[in-house]
This record gives sequence, C-alpha cells and structure tokens, in this order.
Amino acid sequence: MEKWSLMTITVLLALTVRWTVSLGSYSGAGKPPMYGDYEAQRHWQEVTYNLPIRQWYFNTSDNNLLYWGLDYPPLTAYHSFLCAYVAKLINPDWIALHTSRGYESQSHKLFMRTTVFVADLLIYIPAVILYCCSLKETSTKKKVSSALCILLYPGLILIDHGHFQYNSVSLGFALWGVLCLSYDWDLLGSAAFCLALNYKQMELYHSLPFFCYLLGKCFKKGLKGKGLLLLIKLAGTVVASFAVCWLPFCTDVEQIMQVLRRLFPIDRGLFEDKVANIWCSLSVLIKIKNVVSPQTQLKLSFAVTFLSLLPTCIKLTVQPSLRGFKLTLVSCALSFFLFSFQVHEKSILLVSVPVCLIINEVPFMATWFLLVSTFSMLPLLLKDGLLLPYAVTTLAFLSACVASFAIFEKTSAKDLQLKPFSQSLRGYVSWFKLFPKIVRSLFLLSVTLMGVLSVMSAAVHPPQRFPDLFPVSVSSISCLHFLFFLVYFNVIILWDSKNSRNQKKVS
Amino acid sequence: MCGLSAGARNGGRRLELELVPRPGARRLLPQVPPHPHVTFCSHSTDFEVHRNWLAITHNLPLSQWYYEATSEWTLDYPPFFAWFEYALSHIAKYFDPKMLVIENLNYTSPATIFFQRFSVIFTDLLFIYAVRECCRCVNGKRAAKDILEKPTFILAVLLMWNFGLLIVDHIHFQYNGFLFGLMLLSVARLCQKRYLEGALLFAVLLHFKHIYVYVAPAYGIYLLRSYCFTASNADGSAKWRSFSFLRITLLGLIVCLVSALSLGPFIVLGQLPQVISRLFPFKRGLCHAYWAPNFWALYSAVDKALTVIGLKYNFLDPTKIPKASMTGGLVQEFQHTVLPSVTPLATLICTFISILPSVFCLWFKPQGPRGFLQCLVLCALSSFMFGWHVHEKAILLAILPLSLLSVQRAKDAGIYLILTTTGHFSLFPLLFTAPELPIKILLMLLFSVYSFSSLKSLYRREKPLLNWLETIYLIHLVPLEIFCEIVFPLTPWKLRFPFVPLLLTSVYCAVGIMYAWLKLYISVLSERTSARQKAE
Repeated sequence: MEKWSLMTITVLLALTVRWTVSLGSYSGAGKPPMYGDYEAQRHWQEVTYNLPIRQWYFNTSDNNLLYWGLDYPPLTAYHSFLCAYVAKLINPDWIALHTSRGYESQSHKLFMRTTVFVADLLIYIPAVILYCCSLKETSTKKKVSSALCILLYPGLILIDHGHFQYNSVSLGFALWGVLCLSYDWDLLGSAAFCLALNYKQMELYHSLPFFCYLLGKCFKKGLKGKGLLLLIKLAGTVVASFAVCWLPFCTDVEQIMQVLRRLFPIDRGLFEDKVANIWCSLSVLIKIKNVVSPQTQLKLSFAVTFLSLLPTCIKLTVQPSLRGFKLTLVSCALSFFLFSFQVHEKSILLVSVPVCLIINEVPFMATWFLLVSTFSMLPLLLKDGLLLPYAVTTLAFLSACVASFAIFEKTSAKDLQLKPFSQSLRGYVSWFKLFPKIVRSLFLLSVTLMGVLSVMSAAVHPPQRFPDLFPVSVSSISCLHFLFFLVYFNVIILWDSKNSRNQKKVS
Repeated sequence: MCGLSAGARNGGRRLELELVPRPGARRLLPQVPPHPHVTFCSHSTDFEVHRNWLAITHNLPLSQWYYEATSEWTLDYPPFFAWFEYALSHIAKYFDPKMLVIENLNYTSPATIFFQRFSVIFTDLLFIYAVRECCRCVNGKRAAKDILEKPTFILAVLLMWNFGLLIVDHIHFQYNGFLFGLMLLSVARLCQKRYLEGALLFAVLLHFKHIYVYVAPAYGIYLLRSYCFTASNADGSAKWRSFSFLRITLLGLIVCLVSALSLGPFIVLGQLPQVISRLFPFKRGLCHAYWAPNFWALYSAVDKALTVIGLKYNFLDPTKIPKASMTGGLVQEFQHTVLPSVTPLATLICTFISILPSVFCLWFKPQGPRGFLQCLVLCALSSFMFGWHVHEKAILLAILPLSLLSVQRAKDAGIYLILTTTGHFSLFPLLFTAPELPIKILLMLLFSVYSFSSLKSLYRREKPLLNWLETIYLIHLVPLEIFCEIVFPLTPWKLRFPFVPLLLTSVYCAVGIMYAWLKLYISVLSERTSARQKAE
C-alpha cells in the first residue's frame, strides 16, 4: 500500500480513538462547587469574552481569581476568547457572565470536546505526521508505525480528550519547533517554540535544550562571523514573537507583573496532590513541607534541578546535534518534572512527547517510559471516571508498539544505545551478556506491577489506616521508574560522542 | 481485548492478526459511561429489545416465551436465540439483577450497559475465530513479501473492521458478530470440504436468526450438488448414478435433529403457530421505517414523484389520495397512490424469481467454493432487493461473504467496493445523534480508505477496479452526506419535509446496490458461457 493511504489510515484511527475517548467523562463532571478543568476552560471563555483585556488577570468584582482564575499565558487566553466567540454564536448561555458558572449539558460538552478535537487536528497531528515523514534512513513502514504509536500515546489522549485540557496545542507548537529545527529553519523553529511557551508556561521545561542547541549552533558557526548574525536574528525573533503575544498587556508594567504573578504562583507549595516526582515520594519518609521553610524549598528544588540539568545541557551546547537535542529535551524535561517546584502530575506529558520523538531509535525504552507515564496519572484518571478508556487505550498502545517495533527483540545493549557505555565499562562488569534478558524481565515485572496496581486501585478499597495507599504507591513506583529513566537518558546522552565519532571513523 | 486473545491463540498467524488493529480495543470505547451524568452515546431500541428478552427468558417458563407482551418488543427470534439470551441472563444477574425485571422498561444502568456491550464484544470471539478459518481457505497464490499486501491479511482486516458490523453491533447494538461468525465458519467448513460440519453450523445458525433463510437456497443446492453427488460428467452436469443416499440421509438427519432440538419443545406444547407468527410478522409493511435501499425504495420513490407530478398537473384528485402518503412519507403501512400497491406474495414471487438464475448456475456448473460463495451473495442480494420489510442492516449478509471473493479476483473486488461503500453509507441513518456523527464518518472513512487502497495494491497489475462512472457515483456520496447532515438541517425545509434526507440517502444508495447486484449477476452468468465455451 502507498504511504499516503497508510498515513491517512493512521490519522483516521487516531482521530477515532480521540473522539471515542471524548464521549466519556471529564474532570469535575457534576461535582459542584468547584468542578474541574472542564469548568476552568469554560470559565476562561466566559471571562475573556465578557471582560476587557485589562481585567483578565486581575481580581475584580466580575472576575474572582479564586474561582479558576486565568493562570496561563496570553495565548491560552486568546484561544479561550476565540472559542467563546464560537460559543456565543451557538448558545449565549454557555458563556454568560456569572450565570453560566458550572454550566453543563450534552450539547455544551459536545462543543467543548469539538474545540479540543479541532485544536489537536490542526496543530498536534500535522506536526507528528510531518515529523515522522521527515525521519531519515527509515522505511515507509517504520515511519507509519512511528506515527501510529505516537498518535496512539494514551497519556495525551486521556488528558486532553478525557480529563479535558488543551495540551496538544502547546506540545504541538513545541513539536513544530523541533520539526523546523530539524530542517535547519532556526528562526521559524524558535518562533514556534515561543508560541508554545506563550500558550503554557510549563513549556519552560523544554526551553533549555532549545536554547542550548541554538546557542551551540551559533558557536559552531563561529561567534565572530555567521554565528553572531544567527544569534542576533534568533534573539530578534524571540523578542518579536513575545512582543506580539503580549502586545495588549504592554500598556502597563503592572499588567505584565500581574500576569507573571499569576503564571508563577510560588506560594502554592512544593507539590500538589500525588505527583510522581522526588519531593512527593520523599515525603512518604520525611514530611519535607513541614521540615523546610517554603523559601528554602524553592531554593533547594532550584538547586537540585539545575545540577541535574547541567551535564546534558553543557554537552548539547558543546556538541549540538539533532539527536542530542531530542534526547536532551527528554532528560531536561524529566529533570524538571522530578526535581522542580510546583509540579503537576500532567506535566509528565512534557517528557512523554519528546520521548515519542525517539520512539523509532529506542523503541523498547520509549514504550516502557510511555506506559509508565500513563500509569503515573492513574489516580487522576480514576477520579475522572476514565478507567475503561485508560485500560483500553493502554492495551491498544502496548500492542501497537509490540506489533510495529517488535520491542522484545530489541533489548540488547546495542539496541538500547548503550554500546559506548558498556564498552567503557568492559573489564569491570561481566554481566553484560545477560543484559537483554535482565532488561526484558525487568520490563515484564514492571508491566505486571503496573497492571496489578491499576486493577487494585480500581477495584479494592484501601485499608482505613491508609486511605491514600494506592495513589501513593502509584506515584512512588512511577517515581522510581522515572529516576531510572533519568539515569538511562543521561547515560546515553553523555556517552554519545564516542559512538558518533566511531561511526564517523567507520564511514 | 478480542484482538489480544486472537493474537495469542493464533500461533502461526499471530503477527498478521496482531497487525490488524484490534477491534475490541475500540469497540469498547464508544459505550463508556462510567457516570450516569454523562451517558452520552445513545443506544437504540435494539438495546432495550435485548434487555427485554433477557428478562423474559430469565423469569418465564419456556411455554410463555413467545406469548409474553408487556413490552412492545416481543421475542421474535427463533428458539436458539432465546436460549442464548437465557444463558446470558444467568451471567447478567451478577451485574445488575434489576435489568432482568420484565416491567423495568427502558432500564439503563451503567452496569446494564457494561454487561450488554461486553456480551457483544465477548461473543465476537467466535467471529474472530471464523475470520481466521476463512483466511485459511483463501489461497495465497500471490504470496507478497509485504504482509500488508497478502490477501489473507487484507481479508482479515476487511472482515474484522467491517464498518457495518462495527456500528450495527457495537454502537447500534445487536448480536450480529457471532451470528456472522457462525455463517463464515460454516462457509469455511464447506470450503474445507467438511460438509457435514458446515451443514450443522448453518442449521444451528438458522435457528438463531431466521433472516439467514435468505441464503439457504445456496446452501441447499450446493450441498446437494457437491456433497450428495459424488461425481460429475465431463461437461460439468451431475452424474445421476453417483447420488449417495447415505449422504443425503445424513444431511437430513442433521437438519431434522437441529430443528427438533430448537422447535421440538414448542411443538410438544402446541405453540408452533404462535412461534411462527412471531417470527414472520407480515403485518409490518413493505418498507421499514427508513427505506432500505432496495428495489421497493426506488418503486416507492417513483410512486411519490408521480403523485407530486400528478397533483401539479391535475391528473390526480387530491381528495382521493391517502393523507399519510403525502405528509409522513415514511410511515409503516405504505399505500402507493399511482403505482399498484405491493403485497407480501408479490415480493415473495419477485424474490424467488430473482434468486432462481443464481441457483441454476450453481446446479448446472458448480465451480466449487467460489461458485457457492457467488450464489450465496446473489441470494442475499436478491432477497435484499425484493424482500418484504427488509432492514437496511440486511445488506451485511451480502457484504461479508463478498469480502471473501473480493480478495481472489479483480472483477469481484470492483463490485465489492461499490457494494460496501453504498451499503455502508446506507447504514448512516442508524446513528443519528450529533456525538455519533464524527464516529460514523471517521469509521466509514477508515474502512473505505483501507478497502480501496488495499484492494488497489492487491490488483496493481490489472486494470482499474472501477470505471469513471462508478467513481463519479461513489464520489458523489460525499456531497450527499454533507447536504443531508449539515446543509439540510439549516434550511427552512427541515420542519416541512423532515424525511427528505432519508429519502435521498435511500434512493441514491438503492441505485448503487441495484447496479452492484446486476453487475455481479451478469458477471456470474457470463462467466458460465465463457467457461462452457472453453470446455467445448
């Protein structure tokens, strides 16, 4: 079959899964007084449509910031405004000021779901398809199966089309950025990434690799000639795109400061709910929140994050390569997720999407990671009543990966890109022969564990002494996995150079 | 989930089936209402029909199964299906016993929905097994290297991802999956020359759902000709000497035993006439609420057009025209105004006549399993064209067996593409709520894109599968759909002529299905003469 028809089928399949998931429940359905993210998005439509821009981020009599106040950058607000415009055409009740609070109906749900669907279709899916088509040295079949696996990744589908958010917009823009950089269109790429950053401030997780890669490229071209020119151009692009996004707020310094205060609420604490990051998992043993003062928490988390980022970022700046760039995106986002301040469980999507990008290079590890990342959001999904979609999409994703990449046969050190590392260790360790088997059984063990825990948290009542037993064990187990993945990705990034040099020598 | 187990069970064919995107995975999704608040996807009356049957068979003794009439959806399937519901009801009571109360009309608790939906998915396992058996029968002459271009793989996807079966079973709600599984399994057994097994399966199937009686002539003649006659003359006619009495006795015994098992209790109770009257409700009118795209849809449309013209030019007296025929347009008891009204007997005769040539073909020049399948499809299509009170879903009876032929010969593939596309399109009115609109369009596109591109790549070296006229006809389904679902509801005619989209869909599809039927008939009949010439 031809490439285009296979790609069409892939996209249609992805769309069908998305729409069927969207028929299910959403966050906060029928749960007054606060409802959930669905109501938050609807409320933003209400606010942006009815209030002048000056009041969007301010607490006024018409805009109670304690009730889902706008806390995303301007692009999200504009998007809400656009959706509100369409909503107004269909049914003005949906966005009426004050009276529409907690509005829920079948037709409204249909409308909201459609907005996510359209955003996904316009931004995220084309980026994925183009990215997979641009992969070098891969057969058509591999390209299509990468696209299939990326598009079927359950985490993003469940959060966007089930729980209800617009992550596909910001992640899609970031993908467009990666795509443009891979074609050497650096200016376009940085503009696209600025859009992503202005849609959700969480995209800062990705900003360092972008920065380091582009900076490294400038260095490579020589800072006295072409490199400087490129640097100036890039800086200009970034400033210009930020200025365009923030234009309505530039009237007043107070406006900008207020938006920034809304975007970075440092008084909200080290972590919320049960996140699979290091702080939450540590607090099972030590109650960090009580022991350390908030200011110290902030400094501590900043220091640890910075230290964990440093090696890979330096490496990327010194040796900028596309492959290194993608891997660094993964490791940086993962460091941020594990160590930084005020992390949501949904932020794992920021790691997952870069992992999707390397699924055809390290299919085994990528699949494993993507499964764990979906699993880490299980408590959230259970709360939203998305158990069945979770189970079905996860199984479908696993089987799609197994069928298209034969992941179980790709567990040798070479397939996991660990060859340089193992070579450097040769002599010290002798168990590398057993390596594939060990990795495979670890994977099976982890999948079984995740399955069992999923079933138990869905079906078994926790003992009364530990009401949070299952969420806590889900997040701690995921956190252990993520630490392991962090080490793995750091290793393959840092040992990469020898490999590429070797390859160069060979060629 | 179904897909997973299929993959695990299939051993050798594992990769193939694993690459088939698992239907079970998606089949489970549309019906996920974990929260009563968001019960989103509608379920059809058929959902309530089957709930009611669960309740009837669970609570009442056998003697009252076919008399109970609390709900308007009385039991009107043969006894085996009733027993099937009886068996299901014993599992259902662990999910939600309230669904088994006969008086609980239109009861839909989340547990009920989950159980009923899951029972369809679970029984689909039989369908998947049958597909696997069918794939074994397809000869892999074109052993392509690429798995995506293997006929067996294409066939597996065409059957398992069949758009019609997916939406009718898993969104609209019926148990066609395992019934078609039985049929395909019996076809596969006949192809493997395990005739008795095939006959047994088909006899059982008939007592599950009697609509399959439409294809019974093909089975009867094929078994008689290829099994009871053990040898043929050189010119292909039957050798009368070779008739085996043992074999026909065996066949008769199987049919009688199965029938006795199914109908016996009711004969003993003296309820046979009641059962029969429930199974064949001739009071229901020529066309179903929505006209199935068959000959009678065209006939009624012509009648309607003539009425309108007649009224305009005063050929007809407006007072004499039955009111219903002008306003509702799609009422059950349909009186034709200009053309003569059609009686059940007339449809029966038409069906019989249209089936006859295909049966003769099968008898006079049996071509083995291929001929049998052709005859089967023709029987199903002919009875769809001319039957009394045909449901649009009955088109699946022709589409599924034709899938088997489509991967073996380019000519059949062309016909298959026309028939499936129009036939599936005609199922669109089954799902009419807004949330289902994207699903049906996406699934339809998915299936159409796959069937067109896979068959095209399979017959890459042969001439194009469709000629320009057929292509134009199929492409025009797109504007038709846009008009019916999007443009028309916005126009002021929506209230005055609510039936127009259905009428247009049904008439337009009727043309395509009629064309496919004629084309298949012509190809089968002309093939005879050419084959005979060769023989001479």
